[in-house]
Amino acid sequence: MKDTVTEKLLGQSALRVEDPALLSGRGRYIDDLPVAAGTLALAFVRSPHGHAAIRSVDTAEATQAAGVVAVITGDDVAARTRSMTVGVKADVECWPMAVDRVRYVGEPVAMIVATDRYLAEDAADLVVVDYAVLEAVVEPVAALAEDAPVLHPSLGSNLINERSFRYGEPEAAFDAAAHRIGIDVTYPRSACTPIETYGVVASYEPGEDAYDVTANFQGPFSIHAVVARSLNVPGNRLRLRTPPESGGSFGIKQGVFPYMILAGIAARIAGAPVKWIEDRLEHLSASVSATNRQTRIEAAVTADGRITALDWDQIEDCGAHLRAPEPATLYRMHGNMTGAYDIPNMAIRNRVVLTNKTPTGLNRGFGGPQIYFALERLMDTIARHLGLDRLEVIRRNLIPAKAFPYRTASGALYDSGDYATALDRAVAEGGLAELYARRDKARAEGRRYGIGFACVVEPSVSNMGYITTVLTPEERAKAGPKNGAQATATISIDPLGSVTVKVASVPQGQGHRTVLAQVVADKFGLPLEAVRVLADVDTMRDAWSIASGNYASRFAPAVAGATEIAAARLRDKLAKVAATQLNISASDVLFEAGRIRSAGNPDNSLSFARVAATAHWSPGTLPDDVDQTMRETVYWTPPELEAPTAEDGVNSSLCHGFIFDFCGIEIDPETAEPRIDRYVTMHDCGRILHPAMVDGQVRGGFAQAVGAAFLEEYSYGADGSFQSGTLADYLLPTVMEVPEPVILHHETPSPFTPLGAKGVGEGNCMSTPVCIANAVADALAPEGDAPEIVLPVTAAKLAPLIFGDEPAPKEPVSETKTEDTAGGRKLTGEGRAVVQASREDVWRMLLDPATLDAIIPGSHGVRKVGETRFEADVTLGVGPVRGRYKADIDLSDLDPPNAVTLSGQAVGALGTGGGEGRITLTDTEDGTEIAYRYEARIGGKVASVGGRLLDGAAKVVIGEFFRALARHCGGGASSGAVARLRGLVDRIIKGGRS
Amino acid sequence: MPRLTKDDTHPVRFTLNGRPVSVRVSPRTLLTDALRHEIGATGTHVGCEHGVCGACTVQVDGEPARACLMLAQQAEGCAIRTVEGLGKSDALTPLQEAFREHFALQCGFCTAGILMTLDALFSRQPDAEEDAIREALSGHLCRCTGYAPIVQAALAARNRIKGGPIDA
Repeated sequence: MKDTVTEKLLGQSALRVEDPALLSGRGRYIDDLPVAAGTLALAFVRSPHGHAAIRSVDTAEATQAAGVVAVITGDDVAARTRSMTVGVKADVECWPMAVDRVRYVGEPVAMIVATDRYLAEDAADLVVVDYAVLEAVVEPVAALAEDAPVLHPSLGSNLINERSFRYGEPEAAFDAAAHRIGIDVTYPRSACTPIETYGVVASYEPGEDAYDVTANFQGPFSIHAVVARSLNVPGNRLRLRTPPESGGSFGIKQGVFPYMILAGIAARIAGAPVKWIEDRLEHLSASVSATNRQTRIEAAVTADGRITALDWDQIEDCGAHLRAPEPATLYRMHGNMTGAYDIPNMAIRNRVVLTNKTPTGLNRGFGGPQIYFALERLMDTIARHLGLDRLEVIRRNLIPAKAFPYRTASGALYDSGDYATALDRAVAEGGLAELYARRDKARAEGRRYGIGFACVVEPSVSNMGYITTVLTPEERAKAGPKNGAQATATISIDPLGSVTVKVASVPQGQGHRTVLAQVVADKFGLPLEAVRVLADVDTMRDAWSIASGNYASRFAPAVAGATEIAAARLRDKLAKVAATQLNISASDVLFEAGRIRSAGNPDNSLSFARVAATAHWSPGTLPDDVDQTMRETVYWTPPELEAPTAEDGVNSSLCHGFIFDFCGIEIDPETAEPRIDRYVTMHDCGRILHPAMVDGQVRGGFAQAVGAAFLEEYSYGADGSFQSGTLADYLLPTVMEVPEPVILHHETPSPFTPLGAKGVGEGNCMSTPVCIANAVADALAPEGDAPEIVLPVTAAKLAPLIFGDEPAPKEPVSETKTEDTAGGRKLTGEGRAVVQASREDVWRMLLDPATLDAIIPGSHGVRKVGETRFEADVTLGVGPVRGRYKADIDLSDLDPPNAVTLSGQAVGALGTGGGEGRITLTDTEDGTEIAYRYEARIGGKVASVGGRLLDGAAKVVIGEFFRALARHCGGGASSGAVARLRGLVDRIIKGGRS
Repeated sequence: MPRLTKDDTHPVRFTLNGRPVSVRVSPRTLLTDALRHEIGATGTHVGCEHGVCGACTVQVDGEPARACLMLAQQAEGCAIRTVEGLGKSDALTPLQEAFREHFALQCGFCTAGILMTLDALFSRQPDAEEDAIREALSGHLCRCTGYAPIVQAALAARNRIKGGPIDA
């Protein structure tokens, strides 16, 4: 067989085979797939509190509601499942639905199975959950405090794992260094929020105790084991399938797995298949987000700017539960914690803490944004400290080209690269000199303009054993080694001789089917359209393993690589078959233009299909050393991905791409709005298989990073209330905010992958946020110390740095005010009203339940339950969010008839509220002046979706209260007010207000 | 509009991509749900159900509209056009073709809405400038492409629709 065929498809930007269907509305996403007749809808009751004990869940009314088939509580789920596997050794349970206690807003508390989604959601509002609200903790450093509220009492604290690592001689390096330079970095929470939300369809067959689940899950399929264990069935009793199309994932759809368990249990209890499509509020509040992290990083630096050691102290916030595969975000980068730099010594302290926020999970960049933000901000700080050119500090520390393959201090084996050349090319071809000139000109004109840099090593193809670095070497030895990253590919030939490729890569829009058709068509000398590719998964039919799925940028290096190997094996066999039929030697066989022929004699040929189908039609004619040519399955795992060593060295990823970015940013002199002037990104992702798709990955990652840098943040109040529950609150970049980056490539093929390709999908999520931050720092402070930059960099954050703090208003503002800062979503306000009644009369009215019922807006009844305690039922609306609330009101500091303090809590399906108000009464000429001052906090759904409407709504409700009070008193001399009021109350009671 | 009762279903009639359809839905049924789950026209996608992402954009009497913010009953008597009505089953329109050639989609979930917005724009303004195209696109969220290829595809489609060269 001669390997002289030019590989003409791979490396070209072939049109995508996926697109005609996707462009015409014929995609098959999960909500488009047909379901079995009788499939029911699933909806969730979710926690409005960041932290609360569940006293009781009353499902009686919901169970009776129209269309309801089942109402299922956390206890029902726990009775049929096991706690989900937690990746560290810790005495903690992790249930897919809350049992006894809720720990984040949005945590599932009950689920409804009903005949349609509308009725299921109606019934969800009827489930009455009695919560005892607990103090919440949302900041990772605060969660470590001695007196912090503890989320999981069995743990004793919120620290669920701590490990320290030491590589080389970090202490000696710091002692010997001329400088010790460090910074503290706060990295916030954000998420890549695909436009398609989660979806699950599940059924249960009691005769076989078997679950059949279809979900827009993305892998890794190690999660299949977690789900099967939790459902308490062997792996072959959990059939997991994915739809042909998925509407984006970026890591997020790994987090759908708890809902696979819940939907499975719901189907089992309901006795019918169930379907659940997540809504956007559920997605933002309760799917998964990336981790937020608090980092202290220090470097030992020589006088000439060489870094000899790093010292990391990372506090990782994984939210309310440590869900598989966390704390992987913290460990995915463990091998490449020295980035693009040749740093021989390193110390790392890693702490994982739990807080009252959504559990974390996979998210594009996975761990990279957090570490590179710290490392590259540190590089910028070192340059400032030493008064050196920033690029010069980077250059002096880059790993030299001749050092590859390069073993890092913490054990990664960087496969290939020429960082210095890539950087030089980017500087030249990306126009850095011109950018400097633009900065000089801008600064000469008094404008704020900065240039930032970032160097990143982008890991891809995760070692399935890296997460075990979180265990001690002893624990690892006991558990047995974990390593490798099995990729699978199956190529089959049907009786008509056409070729089908099947992989378990579960694409979410990346175009896998097109690239694999290129790989295989080239191998067989066929046109692209002759090869059909399937990339969705059915765990009962397909070849798969724990590493299967679409994450860690593993497609091009691992899945396409495994496919290349399978195609080569099948071609070798077909060459032998053809050699027999053509009467030539196998080494003389050529695959070209749909035919298999003699290299020496083009006329001696057969059609590919005829040779390929031989094993179906006349297996007896196959050569002796060819078993069959109908199906070839390859499992490929790279030998370089070894288990962590006894010294905690870990080759956490197979491939290591390189990125060098620089950008120019100008800050608007009037509004402090930052704007990207120019962005250049240089990538070395090894061999490029499809240039347009590679650039598509770069642009897509860049756009998400622009969002993380300027707009996106998961916002929580101190009470754990979630404040960014709509896409009007959690802002994603639009076409107006995303400039087009200049994309450059420098190819150094990976020696470790079959096609020389490396991953490319995540790099800009790692490099761009910090490159932007460095440019903003340069714009704010060209020299000397820079202010701390915390993402997202908004005009509101920059304005005080530029213009100083806003002066306090000269006169106190008597309007409502909303503060997002400390105490949740806090409303404060004050006002006054004059009523025509005496102080004593007003006082009596305020303490009388009938009066209160009449004047509280939306009241359905006020009951006096104690001398100074009232209960009320009210309906309140905030914008589109209208709901019924149960309120408890306490009166205290009574100073009759002069002043009283009202404090209260309101709880309803749409959220919670609490607050305190002081009312004072003073005599005026013809009545009483009522002055009030209040402070209120709002949580739950109203805080998540109605944030921007709350101020106005609070004003209206409070205003209505006092207007109603004034109406009660008004219209005559104050002496008659009580009589009139009594008459009114009588009328109201007799009139039977609803 | 006839008076509707909360717990009953009521017929609603409109044309979908030129064909008359009639479907019985409850008064609160969203147009997205009626299209997708009652009629089975699943090309229109649902991304946020609060009118921000633009994925569900359809044309109502030629104007782009968020199907998630419309009740199905509001479509009574209207001409509704969705992505399924853009091309023929075996041929893409110049706009769809340009999206394919410029790799202006990845997962394809937001694409239907974007196509309906651009199609409406070009039918009103065949020579829309880049600014107008960006303005129209600013009502759509795409998480995959970074938007640049979508703008390029839109410009190329405009040129092709005008009969000019495909590349802007």
